[in-house]
Amino acid sequence: MDTQLKRGLLDVCVLAAIKSEDSYGYKIIKDMMPYIELSESTLYTILKRLETANMLTVRTTEHGGRLRKYYRITGLGLKRIEDFKDEWKEILSIYRFVTREDNENE
Amino acid sequence: MSKQEFIEQLRKGLADLPREDIKERLTFYSEMIDDRMEEGITEEDAVSRIGPVDTIISQIKADIPPAKLVRESITPKKQLKTWEIILLVLGSPIWLSLLIAAFAVILSLYISLWSVVISLWAVFSSLIGCAFSGVIAGIIFACSNNVLSAIAMHAAGIICAGLSIFMFYGCKAATKGTLILAKKFVACIKNCFHKKENV
Repeated sequence: MDTQLKRGLLDVCVLAAIKSEDSYGYKIIKDMMPYIELSESTLYTILKRLETANMLTVRTTEHGGRLRKYYRITGLGLKRIEDFKDEWKEILSIYRFVTREDNENE
Repeated sequence: MSKQEFIEQLRKGLADLPREDIKERLTFYSEMIDDRMEEGITEEDAVSRIGPVDTIISQIKADIPPAKLVRESITPKKQLKTWEIILLVLGSPIWLSLLIAAFAVILSLYISLWSVVISLWAVFSSLIGCAFSGVIAGIIFACSNNVLSAIAMHAAGIICAGLSIFMFYGCKAATKGTLILAKKFVACIKNCFHKKENV
């Protein structure tokens, strides 16, 4: 897949993974596993980018005698998900246009 | 590979990165391994599921803008090395005396600049003095019926007074000029030091 496109999609995926409740690194990877495989270093980069863009906030909490970072979605992050849904409609219509000849031939 | 070994290898591989960045990434991977182990996976297994260290290092470096790496490596060390300190101490008889000499030259230039102005004002005040004394001497000569000397003294007094008026404007202009020159001089010295700091 095109890197630029994939990067944008993964950003939304991570935001969706923390949408309903605050989550931590490993849980995000686990939740996304059935749909899309994500490496730790990719996740780190995405989380950092989303934090810089103010789409999520980070807090460190004690968990079982060690520290764990939790990520919480912000209003900007929620807006990004909604925007993505609208963008997707556009992408779908582009897809239909691109594949129209294939459909006619069938 | 144990978690400790993994973290150490990662730390070595990321040595080019900014220190804060390394610390944050190491904490991130350490948390990932701990979370896996908490699910009952063995330490070895948890580490191997993260992936080979070399692949992770090259992946991280590919994600980082090169400017960040370069900036970190060219930042000069601010601390002086031991041999630099020794050289500074040993060379102090030379550089300290040169520094004092340079300072003395600058100071004497500054003083001589102002002494010209001071001497001009001194000439002005002596002219005024001459004008007054000329007039007074003229009056005294007139009282003692020495008409020729009285006229000569009055004339000298008036000439001095006239010259002092010219002198006053001259001195004022010279003072203004020197003030501007002195300001430029100080600014120039300041600039010299600033440039050295920037390099």
